[in-house]
Amino acid sequence: MLRTLFYLLIVRPLVLIVLGINVRGKEHLPLSGPAIVVANHNSHLDTVALMSLFPLRLIHKIHPVAAADHFLRNPVVSWFAIHIASIIPIERRMRDKGNDVFVPIIEALDRNEIVIIFPEGTRGEPEVMARMKNGIGHLLSERPDVPVIPVFFYGLGKCLPKGEMLLVPFFVDAYIGEPLYWKGGRQLFMNNLEQTMCELQAQAVALHKVQDED
Amino acid sequence: MMNLIALPVSVQIAFMAIGGLLALASLISIALVRAKPERDYTELRLRIKTWWLIVAVFAVAVLFNRTVSVVVLGFVSFLAFKEYLSLVPTRRADHRVLFWAYLAIPIQFYWVWMGWYGMFIIFIPVFVFLVLPMRMILIGETQGFLRAIGTLHWGLMITVFGLSHAAFMLVLPATVNPAGGAMGLLIYLVFLTEINDVAQYLWGKSFGKRKISPKVSPNKTVAGFLGGLLTTTALAVVLAPFLTPLARYEALGAGGLIGLGGFVGDVTISALKRDIGVKDSGSLLPGHGGILDRLDSLTYTAPLFFHYVYYLHY
Repeated sequence: MLRTLFYLLIVRPLVLIVLGINVRGKEHLPLSGPAIVVANHNSHLDTVALMSLFPLRLIHKIHPVAAADHFLRNPVVSWFAIHIASIIPIERRMRDKGNDVFVPIIEALDRNEIVIIFPEGTRGEPEVMARMKNGIGHLLSERPDVPVIPVFFYGLGKCLPKGEMLLVPFFVDAYIGEPLYWKGGRQLFMNNLEQTMCELQAQAVALHKVQDED
Repeated sequence: MMNLIALPVSVQIAFMAIGGLLALASLISIALVRAKPERDYTELRLRIKTWWLIVAVFAVAVLFNRTVSVVVLGFVSFLAFKEYLSLVPTRRADHRVLFWAYLAIPIQFYWVWMGWYGMFIIFIPVFVFLVLPMRMILIGETQGFLRAIGTLHWGLMITVFGLSHAAFMLVLPATVNPAGGAMGLLIYLVFLTEINDVAQYLWGKSFGKRKISPKVSPNKTVAGFLGGLLTTTALAVVLAPFLTPLARYEALGAGGLIGLGGFVGDVTISALKRDIGVKDSGSLLPGHGGILDRLDSLTYTAPLFFHYVYYLHY
């Protein structure tokens, strides 16, 4: 309830009025779980912008995967992360101990929920895709039927870059690609995902550009 | 709240006429879709639908009270400035400078709301002009300084200072303009500016041959420009007694100014888009492009027409 109100009264006005978001490929957005949405990560706004694209009635079924060491570091941030953002906390440093870190994500998928993952792991330079981590490949090998929907945001890194507290409004573009499916093989999937993200990024940069027309 | 009885008759007629014109445009576009199903009129239909929305927002902006007017027009200014900043290159180092630039918008429209002409007219050209470079220097990034401060201030002048003149027309003393009331001048300006755009387009399509600025805007022709100018001036003279304090011969000048200014504003924004390499300034208004694509002419006609009338009558 609190969560829905937060999205209705704070996140939506912020994203729709202060920023303004222009979505292409909205039909690819999953309206039921299980599904994994992956996006590039440049700003804390990425999560809220992504959440604002979904209908309000789905908000309680969507969970961003986030770093436990960052978001559970103090009681206030932690309360907000768990009750409002409804994150699935994972330990970044424990990854080499096996697949256990992914258990809460797999459980969420098994409950038919929608999981948001930023495969770059951390917020990078604005509008630049860093190399993606392999975690999503592991996840999919466990649940091969789950569709993966790639989203590329352009502009959020300018609105609220890493290390800034002050939000500056810009129009933002969101490009949602067709769902990707597991075809056997982590490397195959990761290559596929990287390529799709690169294509969406290229669209973001090139879509407005025209050669000679008024 | 809005009180229709208190609105001048001419303003009521003006809105009915605008509604009528749009209804006509909608009917024609529907008829076209029926008559020639093989051709694609999606863009035209979208454009007219968005016109209805623009007129609705404009009606809200002028028909209620001063606070609503200033808030709505200030928000339009904010959208235009945001679109401009999203379009032009900005430096990462200027993040906080851009925030300050945004702050200029509510302050400028607050002067408008107060009706403080002296402050309204110097705030952006003098104070903001002097303060923003200082803020930039405090950050200390000199690489690309001139380009950054130049693009920022030009954007503020076009989208905030220029457009705030449209809002200031609403706070000029209504007693000077018994025929049109407080909102007459703005309705006159916006209607003629938009008609000028449409007339230039139609004249150009029908008779245009010689291109007027082939490098900037290949669709603009001499015939389109002159035809638009004549149409706008003629309408300006006809409408002036109902909406403005202008005498007929003064309206001749106002029409010329709007026709010429509208054209220059249009090609100036075209030059900006061409420089950056985009077709539309944004995608806020389906069928039109961005908000700057629609407001381009007004960024010139609003200050020009304002000062013309202000000098003659206020």
